[in-house]
Amino acid sequence: MSDTVEFSATGELADRPRDIRTAHSGADRVFRLTATSVGALVLVVTGSIGVFLAYQGVPTFRRYGLSFLTDSAFDPNLNKVGILAAIVGTVEVAIIALVIAFPLAITSALYISEYAPQRIKSFLVSLVDLMAAIPSVIYGAWGLFVLQPQLLWVARWLATWLGWIPIFDVPGSDPRAANLAASRYEQSAFCAGAVVAMMVIPLACSVMMNVFNQAPPGEREAAYALGSTRWGMIRAVVLPFGRGGIIGGTMLGLGRALGETIAVLLIAQQAFDVKIRVLETGTVTISALVANNFGDSSPIQLKALLAAGFVLFLMTLVVNTFAAVVVGRSRSGAGVDI
Amino acid sequence: MTMLEERPLDEPFAADPATARRQAATSPETADRPRSISSRTFDDRMSLGGSAVASLCLVWLLYTVVLPMSGKLGFVLLWFVAFVLLYAGVTAVSQPGPVVRDRIASAVIQGGAAVVLLVLVFTVAYTFVRGFPAYRHLNFFTQDMSSAGPSDPLTQGGIKHAVVGSLIELGIAVLIALPLGLTTAVFMTEIGGRFGRIVRTIVESMTALPDLVAGLFIYAFLLIALGQERNGFAAAVALSITMLPIIARSADVVLRIVPGGLREASLALGASHWRTVWSVVLPTARPGLATALILGMARGIGETAPVLIVSQPSAYFESNPFHNPMNSLPLFAYTGIRAPDTNSHTRGFGAACVLLATVIVLFVVIRILARQRRARDARPRPWTRLARRASS
Repeated sequence: MSDTVEFSATGELADRPRDIRTAHSGADRVFRLTATSVGALVLVVTGSIGVFLAYQGVPTFRRYGLSFLTDSAFDPNLNKVGILAAIVGTVEVAIIALVIAFPLAITSALYISEYAPQRIKSFLVSLVDLMAAIPSVIYGAWGLFVLQPQLLWVARWLATWLGWIPIFDVPGSDPRAANLAASRYEQSAFCAGAVVAMMVIPLACSVMMNVFNQAPPGEREAAYALGSTRWGMIRAVVLPFGRGGIIGGTMLGLGRALGETIAVLLIAQQAFDVKIRVLETGTVTISALVANNFGDSSPIQLKALLAAGFVLFLMTLVVNTFAAVVVGRSRSGAGVDI
Repeated sequence: MTMLEERPLDEPFAADPATARRQAATSPETADRPRSISSRTFDDRMSLGGSAVASLCLVWLLYTVVLPMSGKLGFVLLWFVAFVLLYAGVTAVSQPGPVVRDRIASAVIQGGAAVVLLVLVFTVAYTFVRGFPAYRHLNFFTQDMSSAGPSDPLTQGGIKHAVVGSLIELGIAVLIALPLGLTTAVFMTEIGGRFGRIVRTIVESMTALPDLVAGLFIYAFLLIALGQERNGFAAAVALSITMLPIIARSADVVLRIVPGGLREASLALGASHWRTVWSVVLPTARPGLATALILGMARGIGETAPVLIVSQPSAYFESNPFHNPMNSLPLFAYTGIRAPDTNSHTRGFGAACVLLATVIVLFVVIRILARQRRARDARPRPWTRLARRASS
């Protein structure tokens, strides 16, 4: 069904299929119209998500202006509505999640595409799919009861030895104390980010895996024929070929991490100050802020939360569209130099 | 969902040369088989096992005797680092540089994959273990929470309302998202064009749309603009918004690999475009389309945030989606786990188990569908043969 004209090696016209798109019957016209309008509907829905949230946010933007984005306190009852702390927290949690998830995602993707025995390969692929479909509330619960108590020790280790770097500083903690002062490390951006990482891994992993699988077999064999080890082959063939997938998968993971709600809500304790000390108790993300305050909010507060949702929508839309473009380009083979 | 991009091993037909090559490589008769590159000598096995044991002992000694450190996670991390270092050192004694690097890479890659697998196994196992006490009481499945307070013993109250709520919401969401999603996929593959590419990019970016934003949109649209009350229907519409791009995207992937020859054969026989899509393209891709639907359902049933926004964690049984707030399983699990007392935790984990079991069952169904497809592809279907004859 290609509508391009192909040339043979001598430059003449290859035999050309007759144009089959001349006249459409009535049923065809209805079919094409329906399908196209449903396609358009998807665009309209995406567009109206933005429009509705923006429209609901207008009173907030008008009233608070730029201070909506630059003020850190969120307390509509005291007439303070700013989401700077939430924006910073969202980015922090997402970056921590990516730092943890990226190495695990790329190693699992490489394992499945390069190391796993052929027999269990498709089983592993569906395990990754399953991991992506496990509800976030389950990861959140696991993170809260199992992962967080373990992470506290790691957090204390980081604070003790790397505390001189501002982001790892935890003021008031005593590294020489025999007991772990859990309350200083619990419910931090670090813990929330680690749990969100569990959800980012399968998403990023499957994108990377699909691209790695498409690395040309001829070149793999060529690398082996030249005496390369498996790692040498991966470095010379698979990774350069999969660069688009690695970037795109990571960006998609970032989009997911920015928007994750329930896990952050379960782990993190709300704290409305802009802080870069990620190991310290208390953080807030846009999604957690909205979900936490939505249930019992006054109309004014509601508008502010919808405006915050609009900011989140914009952030994720930009990241996701960028990722979709990068992945799409890598799939078609363009933009990947081998 | 992104992860469904392509499942080369499961797909019946090879549309592009890369897939064809891969399929050729997997079927035993046609492929030239690559030489085995994983021959291990006794020496190799010993250096692997020796490094593992030595690093374990070393780290145990460091951890318990020499250094004031604690925490299981740190222990495992340190053990892994020590293992990689020792293994590299032992290998370097007898092997050249590239082999050492190969082994380090192999240890790190397999270690990373093992961590991810362990996370998955632990998560599933922990949920089932914590939810187990709730199962021993039958009332957990036959009652709602209207007569029981959160801290009441497990012999009172249950998740009937949440189960029914989840089923109704998911049903409505499927009714909305399935036709729209499939039609979008058909549009992207069969009509396409420049507009089709735009729609595809938007659908792909919508797959990662935060579920919370979908909930907020429905809140602003149905509840504020159209003046509806908080109810199950609104939650279902919000779920369908998160499911639509997933269904559309995975259906798009399977429709794209239906070979063009089939379409051309049908068109050459005089069938209209619509007839071709309905009688050739869709039936050929049917198992893949079922997979797309199930993946959408698996995602939809676990969404918590939209339900939290547009419905409410009510304690009452409600079967009318248009009337009162409706609870759902993930929402019940969330409120239970967030509550301070143990009985609520157990109930929450019980609901999470039901949820997790449903998702796992859905995935088993996907696997079975994929296997059937492969078995059937062994012998060509009638229209495949027809098409081949027509094209030769």
